[in-house]
Amino acid sequence: MAGRVDALYFFLVAVTIFFSVLIAALEIYFAIKYRRRSEREFPEPIEGSMKLESIWIIIPFVLSMVMFVWGASVYFALYRPPRNALEIYVVAKQWMWKFQHLDGQREINELHVPVNQKVKLIMATEDVIHSFYVPAFRVKADVVPGRYTTAWFEGTKPGRYHLFCAEYCGTNHSAMGGWVDVMEPADYQAWMSGGSTEMSFAALGQKLFQDLACHTCHRSDATGRGPVLEGLFGKTVTLAGGGTVKADEAYVRESILNPRAKVVAGFEAIMPTFQGLVSEEQLLQLIAYIRSIGPSQGQAAATGAAADDGSPGSVPAESKSPQTNPSSTEPKSEKP
Amino acid sequence: MSTVTLPVERSKNYLNVDYGVKSWLLTTDHKRIALLYLASITFFFFIGGAFAVLIRLELVTPPGDLVSSETYNKLFTMHGIVMIFFFLIPSVPAVLGNFLVPLMVGARDLAFPKLNLASWYIYNLGALFTIYAIVSGGVDTGWTFYTPYSSSYANTHVIAAALGIFVAGFSSILTGLNFIVTIHTMRAPGMTWFRLPLFIWAHYATSLIMILGTPVLAITILLVAFERLFHIGLFDPAYGGDPVLFQHLFWFYSHPAVYIMILPSMGVVSELIAAFTRKNIFGYKFVAFSSVAIAVFGFLVWGHHMFVSSQSVYAGLIFSLLSYAVAIPSAVKVFNWTATLYRSSVSYQTPMLYAFGFIGLFTIGGLTGLFLASLGIDVHVTDTYFVVAHFHYIMVGGAIMGYLGGLHYWWPKITGRLYPEFWSKIAALIIFVGFNLTFFPQFILGYLGMPRRYHAYPEEFQVLNVMSSAGASILGLGYLIPMVYLIWSMRYGPKAGSNPWPATGLEWQTASPPPTDNFLETPVVTWDAYEFTPENQRTAMVEQRM
Repeated sequence: MAGRVDALYFFLVAVTIFFSVLIAALEIYFAIKYRRRSEREFPEPIEGSMKLESIWIIIPFVLSMVMFVWGASVYFALYRPPRNALEIYVVAKQWMWKFQHLDGQREINELHVPVNQKVKLIMATEDVIHSFYVPAFRVKADVVPGRYTTAWFEGTKPGRYHLFCAEYCGTNHSAMGGWVDVMEPADYQAWMSGGSTEMSFAALGQKLFQDLACHTCHRSDATGRGPVLEGLFGKTVTLAGGGTVKADEAYVRESILNPRAKVVAGFEAIMPTFQGLVSEEQLLQLIAYIRSIGPSQGQAAATGAAADDGSPGSVPAESKSPQTNPSSTEPKSEKP
Repeated sequence: MSTVTLPVERSKNYLNVDYGVKSWLLTTDHKRIALLYLASITFFFFIGGAFAVLIRLELVTPPGDLVSSETYNKLFTMHGIVMIFFFLIPSVPAVLGNFLVPLMVGARDLAFPKLNLASWYIYNLGALFTIYAIVSGGVDTGWTFYTPYSSSYANTHVIAAALGIFVAGFSSILTGLNFIVTIHTMRAPGMTWFRLPLFIWAHYATSLIMILGTPVLAITILLVAFERLFHIGLFDPAYGGDPVLFQHLFWFYSHPAVYIMILPSMGVVSELIAAFTRKNIFGYKFVAFSSVAIAVFGFLVWGHHMFVSSQSVYAGLIFSLLSYAVAIPSAVKVFNWTATLYRSSVSYQTPMLYAFGFIGLFTIGGLTGLFLASLGIDVHVTDTYFVVAHFHYIMVGGAIMGYLGGLHYWWPKITGRLYPEFWSKIAALIIFVGFNLTFFPQFILGYLGMPRRYHAYPEEFQVLNVMSSAGASILGLGYLIPMVYLIWSMRYGPKAGSNPWPATGLEWQTASPPPTDNFLETPVVTWDAYEFTPENQRTAMVEQRM
C-alpha cells in the first residue's frame, strides 16, 4: 500500500511543482518585462479572454478529477480489509495502545506481526478519540468511542516501525505511541509461543460470560431465553420484525450494550443493557469468547467477520437510544 | 513641491475632528471603529505570536524539556484560538473592510453605525472571556474542541474559552450583516455591481459565510458547554451521544471559516495588483464570481476534515469530489492575477511585494490542499505537520500577507502619512524568507509522519524542526519591524496626498485621512473598476508631482 500511496503522492508533487514554477516564472517574467519605466505610463486596459478562462478552468478541472479518482481508488483499498487477514483486537486508552492477539498474547504499545501477512485491526477506545497511525504503512484510522473501527496493513519488510496516536487525546498525547515489529515468520512463531502464561483472551471472555450470568439465558442447548451463541459468529441473523444482520464484532457489541436495538427473531426483548458494567476491553473479551465458540472454532470468523463491510462508516454507532435500566423485564436469573 | 506654504486652517478629518477617549469609545464612525479593531487585533496577534514562540522553542529539541505536556497542549490550543478567532477572522474585514467598504462604494458610513460599534464591544467581551481562560490556567482541547475530550475529559477552562468564541462570533455576524446591507443599499450613483472593486465582492462573499456559518459554530460550542455542565447526551457516547456528530457540526462552520480568513485577503490582492500594475484586473467577472463560488462551495466540503474519522467512505467520496470543485475558483483567481501583469506597468512598491508573496505562497498552500482533498493521500498526511504547513501557507502566507499588504497600501489613507519605503521592503523580504523557512520543512515532516500537537518527538525529526524554529525567529523579527515603523510614521512620516500611488478607487478621491463623512459631496461613478480615465490619469499625475 505504501507504494500506491506514494505513487499518487509524487504525482501530486509533480503537479504542485509544475504549477508553482509556472506561476512564479510568469510573475517574475511579467514583472521584469513590464516593469514601470515612466511615471506617465498608463497601459491599455485588457478586458479578459473567454478562451483563456475556459482553458484554465478546464485543465485544472481535468487534472483534479484524475487526482480524485486515483485518490478514491487508493482510499478504498486502504479501507477495505482483505479476507484472510490476521485479526487483532486493539483497545486504546489515555495514553496507551493495548493489543490482543486472538490466540493469547497481549501487549502494550508494541505490536508484533509476521512479515507479508495482512493484519486487520478491530479497534475500540475506553475514553476519548485516538488515532492509530503507522507512517511507514501509510495507515491511519481514528478510534472512536461508542463504535468499532478497523484498519489494516501489511508489513513487507522486517523491522521496527513507529506507531503514533495521531488524534489529540490529552496530556500525554505525544507519548501515546510505540512500535510495530514486523518479524520473519519463524521469529514470529517463537515470539508467539514464548512468554505469556496468561489466560487467552477468549478464556477471559468465557470467565466473564459466567460471572455476568450470561450463560443462564444463552444456553447451548437451545432451551434458554436467549439465542444460542454457539456457531453464531460470522453468520447472518434474522431479526424480529424482519431484516437480517451479520453477527460480527459490532453487532455483538451492540447487542450487549443496547440489546433491544436488534432482537433476534423468535425471542423477547428481555435482556438488560450492560452499558457501564463492562469496559471496552471486557466487551472484546466477550466477543473473543463468542467468536471462539463460533463455526469451526473461529476459522469462519477470521475469513468472514466484517470482511465485506470494512468501511468504518458501516459499523453502526452505538447507544442511539437512551440508556434504560430495565428492572421489570430483568430476568430473574440475573439476581443470584 | 512648492516652497511657499501658506498657513491654511488645518482641514478637519476623522482623526482630528474630536479628541479624547470618549470620542473614540463612543464613536460610530466606521473609520474610527476600524482603528479600534486594529488596536484589539494587533494586541491579540502578539499574544498569539508569543504562544507560537514558546511552541517553536519547545520543539527545538526532541524531548519535551522546556515546558510540561500540559503547558505545551495549552500553548498550541491558545495559539489557535487567539490567532483564528481573535486575529485572523476579524483581521481584514473588521479593520480594512470596516474602513474601506463605505469609502469604496461611495457611502458616508456603514448601514448600521451603532451596530458596528456594538460589534467591537462584543468582540472585546469575547476577548475578556478568552483572556480569563488564559490567565486562569488555560485550556488544552486544541482549537478544534473535539468531543468527548472537550466535553467530558479535559479539566481545563473549556467553558470560558467556549464562551469567548461564542460571544466573539456575534461580532462577526454583525459585521457581515452591516457589509451586506451597505453593499446592497448604499452604493453611490453609478456604482453598479460590476463597477464595484473586487475587494467589495470578496467582502460580500465573506459576509455571507459570516452570517450563515457563525451561528452553527455558536450553537455547537454552546452544546459542548452544555454537555460539560449538564451531561446532555449529544457528543459523548457515555451519555448516548455521538462524537463524530460534533466534528460534522464543528467543520460545517470551521471549514467555511477558512474562507472568511482568506477571501478578504484575496480581495486586497486584487486591489494591490490593479493599483501597482495600473491595469484593470484580467477577467474581472470571473474573479468576482469566483469569490461567490468559493463561499457557496465552501459550505459543502467540511467532511474532508474527517476522512479518517470513521465517517462513511461514501461520504468521504462526495466530500473529496466537492473539495476539488472549490479548488477551481481559487485557481481561476491566481491565473487571472497573473494574466493582469501582462502588458501592464509593474511597480515594486511594498504592497506589491506582499501581493507577489501572497500569490506564490497561496499557490503552494492551495496546491497542497489538493493532497488533503485526495482521499488516499489524506489518510497518511492528515493530523500530521503536513496539515500544519498547508494551513499556515494559506493563513499566514495568504491571509496575513494580504492583510499586511493592504495595511501598507491603505496606511496613507488611514493615517495621512507615508511609511518608510526602505524599511517596509526589508520587512516584507524578511517575512517572506522567515515564513518559508518556518513552514516549508513542516511539509516534509508531515510526509515523514510527524503527528501534529506533539510535545515530544522522535530524534530523526529534529533537523527539520530546528530549521522551522530558526525560520520562526526570523519571521517573528519580520513582524516586529512594521510595528515599529508604522507607529513611527504616524507622527514622523511624510504627509500623504489623497492619492499617493496613484490608484483608481473612490477611497483615493477623498482626502487622506478622509473627513468624517468620507466625501465632501456624493461621488458619481462613471467609470469601471480600475479604469484610469484620462481625467483621473491627469489628477493622479498632479498628485504625484505635489
